[in-house]
Amino acid sequence: MADAGHSRRLEAWARLAGQKSAVLGGGFFLVILIVVLLGPFVWTLDPQLVDIRDRNAPMSLDHPLGTDQLGRDMLARMMEGGRASLAVGMAAMLLSLAIGGVVGVLAGFVRWLDGVLMRLTDLFLALPLLPLVLVIILLFRDTLRSLFGQEAGIFMMVVVVIGITSWMQTARVVRGEVLTLREREFVIAARSVGTPPRRIVRRHILPNVLSPMTVSATLGIANAIITESALSFLGLGFPSDFATWGRLLFDATDYLQQYPGRVMWPGIAISLTVLSVNYLGDGLRDSLDPRISHRARR
Amino acid sequence: MNRILPVILATAFILASATAKAERGRDGHVGILYWQAPSILNPYLSGGTKDLEAASLILEPLARHDENGTLVPWLAEGVPTVTNGGVSDDLTTITWTLRDDLVWSDGSPVTSADVVFTANYCLDPAGGCSGLTQFNDVVDVEAVDERIVRITFGVAKPYPYGPFVGANSPILQKAQFAECTGARAPECTDANFNPIGTGPFRVVEFRSNDVISLEANPHYRDPSKPAFATVTLKGGGDAASAGRAVLETGEFDYAWNLQLAPDVLEGMQDAGLGVVVSGFGTLVERLIVNLTDPSPGLGDERSTRTHPHPVLSDQAIRKALSMAIDRETLVEIGYGPAGRTTCNIVPAPAPYTSTANDDCLVQDIDGANRLLDEAGWLPGADGIRQKDGARLSIVYQTSTNAVRQDFQALIKHWWSRIGVETELRNIDASVFFGGDPGNPDTYLKFLADIQMYANGFDGTDPEPYLASWRCGNEPRPDTQWQGQNIPRYCNATYDALVDEMARTGEPDERARLGRMMNDMLMQDHVLIPLVHRGRVSAHSASLGGVLLNTWDSELWNVADWYRIR
Amino acid sequence: MFHYTLRRLAFAIPTLLFISVILFLLLDLAPGDPTASLPLTIPLEVREKIRLSLGLGEPIHIRYAFWLKQFFVNEPLHLISSLTGFDVSGERLRVISWQSRSPVVDIVLERMPQTLWVVGLSYVVGILIAVPVGIVSAWRSNGWFDQIGTFVSMVGFSVPTFFSGVLLIVIFSVHLGWFPSIYDTTHRVTDLGSFFHQIRQMVLPVSVLALYNAAQISRFMRASTLDNLHLDYVRTARAKGMPERRVLLVHVLRNSLGPVVTVIALGVPGIFGGAIITEQVFKVNGLGHLLITAIQANDLPMVQTLTFIFAVLIILFNLVADLLLGILDPRIRYG
Repeated sequence: MADAGHSRRLEAWARLAGQKSAVLGGGFFLVILIVVLLGPFVWTLDPQLVDIRDRNAPMSLDHPLGTDQLGRDMLARMMEGGRASLAVGMAAMLLSLAIGGVVGVLAGFVRWLDGVLMRLTDLFLALPLLPLVLVIILLFRDTLRSLFGQEAGIFMMVVVVIGITSWMQTARVVRGEVLTLREREFVIAARSVGTPPRRIVRRHILPNVLSPMTVSATLGIANAIITESALSFLGLGFPSDFATWGRLLFDATDYLQQYPGRVMWPGIAISLTVLSVNYLGDGLRDSLDPRISHRARR
Repeated sequence: MNRILPVILATAFILASATAKAERGRDGHVGILYWQAPSILNPYLSGGTKDLEAASLILEPLARHDENGTLVPWLAEGVPTVTNGGVSDDLTTITWTLRDDLVWSDGSPVTSADVVFTANYCLDPAGGCSGLTQFNDVVDVEAVDERIVRITFGVAKPYPYGPFVGANSPILQKAQFAECTGARAPECTDANFNPIGTGPFRVVEFRSNDVISLEANPHYRDPSKPAFATVTLKGGGDAASAGRAVLETGEFDYAWNLQLAPDVLEGMQDAGLGVVVSGFGTLVERLIVNLTDPSPGLGDERSTRTHPHPVLSDQAIRKALSMAIDRETLVEIGYGPAGRTTCNIVPAPAPYTSTANDDCLVQDIDGANRLLDEAGWLPGADGIRQKDGARLSIVYQTSTNAVRQDFQALIKHWWSRIGVETELRNIDASVFFGGDPGNPDTYLKFLADIQMYANGFDGTDPEPYLASWRCGNEPRPDTQWQGQNIPRYCNATYDALVDEMARTGEPDERARLGRMMNDMLMQDHVLIPLVHRGRVSAHSASLGGVLLNTWDSELWNVADWYRIR
Repeated sequence: MFHYTLRRLAFAIPTLLFISVILFLLLDLAPGDPTASLPLTIPLEVREKIRLSLGLGEPIHIRYAFWLKQFFVNEPLHLISSLTGFDVSGERLRVISWQSRSPVVDIVLERMPQTLWVVGLSYVVGILIAVPVGIVSAWRSNGWFDQIGTFVSMVGFSVPTFFSGVLLIVIFSVHLGWFPSIYDTTHRVTDLGSFFHQIRQMVLPVSVLALYNAAQISRFMRASTLDNLHLDYVRTARAKGMPERRVLLVHVLRNSLGPVVTVIALGVPGIFGGAIITEQVFKVNGLGHLLITAIQANDLPMVQTLTFIFAVLIILFNLVADLLLGILDPRIRYG
């Protein structure tokens, strides 16, 4: 059994490696990760260092991406912002995917849970985001701060806020897919030979809902990065001098005509990240999808 | 005969051309853009600046301040003073006389009964009137005859120009609002959306929080005004897009309150379609120092006078914090033409402006470091100064706003150079400026060491403003955290000056007292002024007659606006 | 199916009541104060009086009961009165906004046209772009069309509307001067000329939103079509010599629409929620703008009513999504 699982995993990896776009996407994502994680060791300028005489500087050797309106180095801020945005994006996406996936599968597969869980989804869809966030922050900010410290506490809060307000679409889509799958021949067959439900879900349902989930994941990362910027703009996220990509983009929008470069960098960074995650996701789906071997290759 | 005819002809010609030129509505349409949309046109039920100013197109007060801060009669014949006998010698009554040519926009005459009704409307305890401050100490408002109104105060009022002066206290029509007093005030949607007024325009259609369409008031007292036949007052968007619509695309003629970074505004003005105008009132962006301890461990006694602040009670530190700030840079980065450096909490009007504190205009990091060294606060291993186990670490909060966040970053940077560690926090404005006692993040509760916001006073009299820092006026649990002495300042000498000013009517003496109180607050460094902020608006190059008024509504003289040809 | 629908509708009532309680509690718990937006020169005693005049002195369950009565009894009665001309509502108080002191429902109705025009149309345009793009991308998966489509939709999704909107204004309003940057909500379509003006003022906001919507829906469409393309029935159909166009447009499309319909139906209430940022950028002042200004001003009756109407729409369209799913895929049985 362990051997079989091992070989299946190897096979999936081999298939993943065989896909050009997935390798490209994964590679790109890796590059972005390396730059934002290891970059600060090479480019050691403090992203919060204010230098008023050198503000709004164009691209130069001293500041490869220029400086912002307070003379802070954009490259250093982009790297600092990348760490925060990627961490928030990934964590919030995973959280929302996990909640959405579990709720969706349970609602689709377990009949008596369907009504309750879908009404819960309705409730969350109906809650207005802003007051909800304000309440969560009011209730939990000080607790989280004392438990995890300032930055980690805010990070947790932001991730949880985005996670619990963005899982509903995934849940609905996954449930729809599961409802269809439940009546497919192979699931009925598995059930009729007495396969335990848990195993049906793992072996037959989960692999088949991967494709809507990868789409959700891709969109989820972009959504989380943007939502984070909205939160910190409203003063509900990280402290104002802490850069994130979304916030850099937001702050720079006013300067669109004067200093277009400042909008470009965070915009490009977000788009490239989302693109690479998308290609990686597509590749992942294709290599994990059990039906791939039947597919007529074009 | 031969000599007279040309004169008559010439006179007739001049008259004809003058009337042709000065015809009401001759200049067609004007578009005004308020990026905060007005939600109601009854200023007594809102109080928000956007609503007051929109209403000032329609409703007018008895007198108002012009662009220089001088009180000018508006619906009244003149401004009553002690000299002209309009104000009684004991300073307890003021008598206003209405102009004799006043007609409401529905054609009915304006009488003193309307003025009396307006006072009663606002004074009704169930109405929730936001202009109630204007009527402070008013005990009686009576109609002496059709055109004369006498207001009686319960105490001597050295400055009696509260009721019916300025855009927040205009006259309502009795006939329209008679059924709308007290608890019924909010139910009169039609009246609140379409008040009948004496101003140059009247409402055609009002869409709450969106757009107001107006037309010239056919009964306006000057037959040659307003020059515009119709007005659109559009709301929504943000300051940047409002600036763009006037300065870069020319879709609108006037954009209000363009709080934008100076270089952004300059870039927009370079398009050449319009001009940026600014003017200065009494608004000062300031830091407020918490003299009491906000530590979380103190429970209900956080930020109350029971526990003095462990660090900021030391005057040397407060002074050093102020010295480390470069106000020139703050103005340059944050406000440009709409800001000036200041070292006073009362920056205007001129008689009240002190020059005793002007050494704060020059940043002095070395001096601040020396001061802290002398006071025994020495840098520790991490570079942060400490003394007797207390670290110079400060939580610095403000409302969410791009310029304020830039200021926070700059000031944090300067403070780091004198060995002060700063944690920044920004709070959504609707929460920060709220008064809900259950909410920990309000400026009233002040659960931080330093906070920043802007404040000033209405009109030209700083007395109530200066009185807010009186001992006992601080927010605390037993007042439900209400009170305006935000730094929790307590100084018997200061309180004595507050009392003295309340008794003094002589203008020069009042100005001297005001300057003394200002200097006392400044030299104690409980309030650290940063920038004297002006209003900044923009109008298209073809719009004439705009006089930016910072003491009243920006639209105060809209009757005089015209199209430049 | 009919019984299922009825049961769902009956179940919706307690659900909605529950949601309204949660909303009310949430809004009450949220920090915020309706007088926070007033200038600081208005003293605190006056603010307290304003709060009392808004009814904030009452305990929460009383205020909730008031709202229930106003919304479920007084508002419908008022509607009947204004429709039939008979005065059955009398002097009953409707739900009143704290900002404008006018009936909330009237303002909502006033905001409806521009929201439906701009947000609704952009949704339709988005779907019309997304469905064919999604199918073709999947059909020629990894081909050049797919690559470009993926790229464009990912950029479209990852660039927030607060940026793309401003970018379009700078290009098309400021530099080219083709389209207005401000949406005129009082504009009425009476003839061809005014119709063209209406089109002109909608172009920018609709493009911004349509790009965003199309990006999202086309991803789901592509994924769903890909899943179906290699199922047995497709191979059978192809093997039988059915024309490719027919295979794609009849069989695959029908089967792959299922999950996409869920996504589309779920998005419909979002239309009524408006598009907060895009409305702000172009000053469309629709329902999204209404909600955000009400939240910022802590106008609780407005926020409560808007979000509740929103909840009703969500429940309704979730039901529609489920029913459509059942029609498109007869194998699904609702038990």
